[in-house]
Amino acid sequence: MKKVKVFITLKESVLDPQGQAVMQSLHNMDYKAVKDVRIGKYIELQMEDSADVAEQVDTICDQLLANTVIENYRYEVEEEVHS
Amino acid sequence: MPLTHLEPSPEQIEQEKVYRTMGLTEEEYQKVKNLLGRKPNYTETGLFSVMWSEHCSYKTSKPVLKYFPTTGEHVLQGPGEGAGIVDIGDGQAVVFKIESHNHPSAIEPYQGAATGVGGIIRDVFSMGARPVALLDSLRFGDLDSSRVRYLFEEVVSGIAGYGNCIGIPTVGGELQFDPCYNGNPLVNAMCVGIMDHADIQVGQARGIGNTVMYVGASTGRDGINGATFASEEISEKSDEKRSAVQVGDPFMEKLLVEACLELTKHDALVGIQDMGAAGLVSSASEMAAKAGVGIHMNLDLIPQRETEMTPYEMMLSESQERMLIVIKKGSEEEIKAIFARWGLHAVAVGEVIEEEVLRLEHKGKIVADVPSDSLASAPVRHMPSKVPAVYLANQAAPAWKPEINNYAKTIKKLLGQPTLASKEWVTRQYDYMVQTNTVVAPGSDAAVVRVRGTKKGLAMTTDCNAKYLALDPNEGGKIAVAEAARNIVCSGGVPLAITDCLNFGSPENPEVFWEIDESVKGMAKACDVLKTPVISGNVSLYNETDRGAIDPTPVVGMVGLVEDLDHVMTASFKNEGDAVYVIGTAKPEFGGSALQILMDGEVSGKAPALDLELEKGRQGKVLEAIKSGFLASAHDISEGGLAVAVAESVFGTELGCDLKFDTDPAVELFSETQSRYLITVPEITKKDFEALVGDAVFVGNVTRSETVNLAFASSTVTLNRNELENEWRGALSCIMSAKN
Amino acid sequence: MKTAVIVFPGSNCDQDMYYAIKDGLDEEVDYVWHAETSLDGYDAIMIPGGFSYGDYLRSGAIARFAGIMPAVIKAAKEGKPVLGVCNGFQILLEAGLLPGAMLKNKHLKFICETVNLQVKNNDTQFTKLYNQDEVIRIPIAHGEGNYFCDDETLKELQENNRIVFTYSGENPNGSRADIAGIINEAGNVLGMMPHPERAADALLGSDDGLRLFQSILNHWRESTHAAYTS
Repeated sequence: MKKVKVFITLKESVLDPQGQAVMQSLHNMDYKAVKDVRIGKYIELQMEDSADVAEQVDTICDQLLANTVIENYRYEVEEEVHS
Repeated sequence: MPLTHLEPSPEQIEQEKVYRTMGLTEEEYQKVKNLLGRKPNYTETGLFSVMWSEHCSYKTSKPVLKYFPTTGEHVLQGPGEGAGIVDIGDGQAVVFKIESHNHPSAIEPYQGAATGVGGIIRDVFSMGARPVALLDSLRFGDLDSSRVRYLFEEVVSGIAGYGNCIGIPTVGGELQFDPCYNGNPLVNAMCVGIMDHADIQVGQARGIGNTVMYVGASTGRDGINGATFASEEISEKSDEKRSAVQVGDPFMEKLLVEACLELTKHDALVGIQDMGAAGLVSSASEMAAKAGVGIHMNLDLIPQRETEMTPYEMMLSESQERMLIVIKKGSEEEIKAIFARWGLHAVAVGEVIEEEVLRLEHKGKIVADVPSDSLASAPVRHMPSKVPAVYLANQAAPAWKPEINNYAKTIKKLLGQPTLASKEWVTRQYDYMVQTNTVVAPGSDAAVVRVRGTKKGLAMTTDCNAKYLALDPNEGGKIAVAEAARNIVCSGGVPLAITDCLNFGSPENPEVFWEIDESVKGMAKACDVLKTPVISGNVSLYNETDRGAIDPTPVVGMVGLVEDLDHVMTASFKNEGDAVYVIGTAKPEFGGSALQILMDGEVSGKAPALDLELEKGRQGKVLEAIKSGFLASAHDISEGGLAVAVAESVFGTELGCDLKFDTDPAVELFSETQSRYLITVPEITKKDFEALVGDAVFVGNVTRSETVNLAFASSTVTLNRNELENEWRGALSCIMSAKN
Repeated sequence: MKTAVIVFPGSNCDQDMYYAIKDGLDEEVDYVWHAETSLDGYDAIMIPGGFSYGDYLRSGAIARFAGIMPAVIKAAKEGKPVLGVCNGFQILLEAGLLPGAMLKNKHLKFICETVNLQVKNNDTQFTKLYNQDEVIRIPIAHGEGNYFCDDETLKELQENNRIVFTYSGENPNGSRADIAGIINEAGNVLGMMPHPERAADALLGSDDGLRLFQSILNHWRESTHAAYTS
């Protein structure tokens, strides 16, 4: 089994109102060092082993998990460790 | 393996008094032992502790609830089922109930409020009704506190998140701020549904051999002991109880509503009940007890979201969006098909048995075996009562008289108080229009929702001025009911019945118990006189923080019938030239008034007095005038007095008014004398109106102007509508955006 | 005219749309369940608002894979009028029938209120009964109605007159170029965040939305009449 960690974020050019609100709060709390906040989604998939896992994940992300008009994605594939 | 082997044995439970940490008193544990004729095991002790908690059993409030009138010619179902039902003619009925979710909202405000909404919706559709409207009665502490602002913002988001998604309009409610609610907000949600008489369902498990099915979401460890938790005072330790918070899934509930409403049309359905507080144990034992039967349930069949759950955890879980149904044996597959269409599972988990017990089987063993009616009959507690010294002092206090230098400034300040300011910051987050039946949106005296396909409408409101109750619970209790009725009448409706949510502090404090007793007596009296019986309700006690009990806050939710949508009336002034009348003479009654709070920061003295016969007579006259088409607007004069009522009536219009009085300005403008109305009447119906309502006093006319002129013998108060409206409209959003 | 109102799990404005057509237009209308696969026999397709599949991943993202969607796309290609309102608009965007995407409202809060909309293009089958640049009162009710598209798409929309409605006065949600509703190139697929079906009965405050449905009906009558006579 593979564990796939998918990270979805808004593209650079797209305004992130949630991120802006969090940054504003951090500034109000005096964390002035924070220069930008971008909020995204983190999704975990458990997948059967196969040669084309990466290819499948790409398709899954393009079709459903991300909206590529506004979002980018990247992912990490890990070996699932069984106890 | 479930960790059942770690549970204490029946002997340990007795010797180490484990039952006490689970919420049972010494006497209650002994009673359980007597009922069973043996020592209860861990699961059974859990069942009793949760079912005998105040939240589920009303063991402390029962003697008081007896004061309420619960029957009337239109009442089809009084208290005792999921929600009450009232006839509205043409074979149709209205179903409604209000319920608190105060303690969960204090810990996790978004989910606490959201699941409160979800729970009350289930109570209504479990009766067979389609939910058509939601109202929320909210109270928070002082907005200067960042914690209070956080609670307020998240509660509103939670209500919006749930109600908007499920597609039931949130059309009304109330919102008040007072330091007594710091750390203990009140979140009371009301749901109104419409149904045909033929579809009325009950939560009963009739028919030996019939099948018990579980539908909806799977069971997890959510909110274990939530019901006992709701009956304890909130302390710093509550944070450690975070697992007592349930998470709501409005999408799941939307599917459940549609599937269950389809189910109620099916002949195979025998009984249906929400798994609300105390989840599976309360629904199963209540359904069995009400039908005088038993239920045998196999817990291995319960859909489980988590692994290794114990019987205790499954029975007490408060996972949301679940229903228990009883169906005729042999129709399981048809029922499963109805739910499958909505992507839901219906699972047969047990059967109705003759022996009157709730018998639970787990992994081949009987893990609980208790008489079904024993869980539903907690020993009633009769609490001592004591007249509070502060009440006696207030009754004896000399009359409070304000010294006002600048009337215009005082009015503007009042309108900027969060409790009196515009609630738009909140209501625009609620979808109040979905279902396209909202005839009167939030902001008038009561909301009005059309009954589609008829010329009828339902007027609905929630009301309670806790400040009056803080001074005089009896008088304040009467006023809460009367004000709700006044709001219904001003909207063109005939008051039908009420639901109530009794929010109080700890009944173990004799002074608090006195407040509960007096409040309910006052409410019951008003319900009797105004012919609005109590058809459902909920009690929330132990609303206390480290600093003491909240003000007595018995919230009244009232529904009225608008017989013809042509009768719908709103508070806003309508036309230039209309005559303005005030019904009712102001007396120097300032105890508990918005003015007193503004000037003193606290309340003192006597609450306004209410003459119920006078109240009833005036309501009848105003309603008759509305139905006869004599009026252009009607507004009850309540918090903030006439000054605030006039301001609210010109806001959102292009109008002003010129009014003249020969009375004392402070009393006329700010007194909160009861049973008063601000009315406008077109020239053409003036004579008819005056003939009908003899005690209406003409005070001036509506003008097309930005100016509101209030002339008195000694001086004239001149107000600018735009200036006041900006203050009123911007106050809440200003506080919420500036301080985050 | 026979209209289909598509019902997804979580749709909640399906009844409102149904009654706008049944009571407002007095025309035939059916609910069509998301698992159906054909829309043959329907003259107009409505995708109503709500929270399809809870909108848990992204508004409209899951609905676009429903069984009925190929039929919706087919109907769109055949030139039948397709109207997506609110969540319906989001579904049309996710399905690629209209360009762009929705972000959370700029103030992050759900907004429910009646707003002023300007009719930017009255030369469509949805807007014939409005005057060009007329300002109408239509309710909005959404948490994710902040329309986004890239510069190139915006230019394309502007140059081809595909922006049908804009917010007039204050922009409530941060939408790019104040966009409230856009149409496809062929002019038969309209997506809009405001709810015309909520403004189809004066009793509820506004009937400005009714003309949108009447426009669709008129266009259908004209085109079928033309078909009979040609």
